[in-house]
Amino acid sequence: MLAVIGTYPRKDFPLVFGKIAMEDERICIQGERIPVNRGTPALMAAALRTAEALGQPAPFGYLVGDIGQGKGSRLLYDHLTHNLPQTGFSTLTFHYLQPIVHWHDRVLSAIERISKRPVLIADAGYMYMAKMSGHAPAYDLFTPDVGELAFLADEKAPHPLYTRGFILHEENKVPDLINRAYANKNASRFLLVKGVKDYVANREGILGIIENPVTEALEAIGGTGDTLTGLVSALIESGIEISEAALIGAHANRLAGFLANPTPATQVMEIIRQIPKALPEALDSRRGRK
Amino acid sequence: MSIFTFFQRKPGKPAVLEDKDCGLLVFENTTEVIRAENVLKAEGCEIRLMGPPPEIQSGCDLVIVFPLMEKLNILRALTDRGVSPIDVVPVSSPLLHPVDLFQVKDYGAYLMVRAANMKLCVDKNSRRIVNISGGGCPDVPYLAYEMVGKSIGEAPSPRKIGHTLCGYALDLAFEEIKRRCLPS
Repeated sequence: MLAVIGTYPRKDFPLVFGKIAMEDERICIQGERIPVNRGTPALMAAALRTAEALGQPAPFGYLVGDIGQGKGSRLLYDHLTHNLPQTGFSTLTFHYLQPIVHWHDRVLSAIERISKRPVLIADAGYMYMAKMSGHAPAYDLFTPDVGELAFLADEKAPHPLYTRGFILHEENKVPDLINRAYANKNASRFLLVKGVKDYVANREGILGIIENPVTEALEAIGGTGDTLTGLVSALIESGIEISEAALIGAHANRLAGFLANPTPATQVMEIIRQIPKALPEALDSRRGRK
Repeated sequence: MSIFTFFQRKPGKPAVLEDKDCGLLVFENTTEVIRAENVLKAEGCEIRLMGPPPEIQSGCDLVIVFPLMEKLNILRALTDRGVSPIDVVPVSSPLLHPVDLFQVKDYGAYLMVRAANMKLCVDKNSRRIVNISGGGCPDVPYLAYEMVGKSIGEAPSPRKIGHTLCGYALDLAFEEIKRRCLPS
């Protein structure tokens, strides 16, 4: 089963965990109903819609309230440290969590005690922390945008805010940045780089590029990276090989964005609504290319 | 739709404070750093925010660099305002500079500014914040919740309600978009 792990931006929101459901476009876990604006709820909603379209079980979700003070994240880290070894998750996707390196290391140690090692996916703050801890190669997939790729490529930067100026995050530098991230052991086994073009790469180089359809407004819309990570997580959990899942997910996310006919003011739920239409088209298109 | 992208260095950079003869104020978290920065700037102290050296990095970090000669004054000002550092250390290795480049994208009716990993987009006509994207720390969805839908003149500043480096980066984008869209 896929488990998605992250935070919800309310100070007093409790730690909840359980199967994810959706009612009236709200995520439901353990009786809590959570609106889908951006962040981890958007990732969960996209993963759920993808799993449904693939005929797969609903993902499991861990969610805790945190507004950036780290209190909720610490509670969740502590819970995971004690409980992950007893779970049988086959895919774990880590998302918006307060970057605290020693907690990352404890959670990674707990994952190593799971009887069969799950596929490990990291996005957002957890990806920052995975790099900062020096354990990036322990992960199977990171999903950075081009700016975050520059951060992965800069061996000295502990956060994207400190990426050195000579490592420019420009689209045409993506292949160089990927090489540099792998050379410094700051990349996961596969990378899915989100941008004007989406790149799927590993240590050997670029495995595929998805560049259509082009919908300029998507870059401005909060949550479109989260939906992509949700799509790919559910595709991987369905048994599709990681690089293949990344290519299909990137295409499906672009199609969902295109179908929503967005402006920069569009909200991400409008894109999630299009996943059931977009995913079959992306799968058919990929089958057609093989 | 007219779309163009360019880089611009933040205007009005303060005079450079050399690392030699400087100390670092280390705080519990980024919220405290920003509170202390506000206190010290109001006192007219010559300080700047930097990334900590590797030996004291613990996660989402920012430190205040200050002239060691002013240590007593600075600590007194902070103690009086209830925002004391957890440590004060001399600068012993090169520090990391926060990004000071902005990437601007004009969508015609909308303008987006990116600072580091954070993007903020406004409706140029109403000056309403329509989207916030990027980032990875948990205050990003919180800041989006508090800011999206409000005009840039009314929205709370990420500097005041944010807690992390992503919040700090969003504040840079917010200030830049105000500079571009609000009458001076």
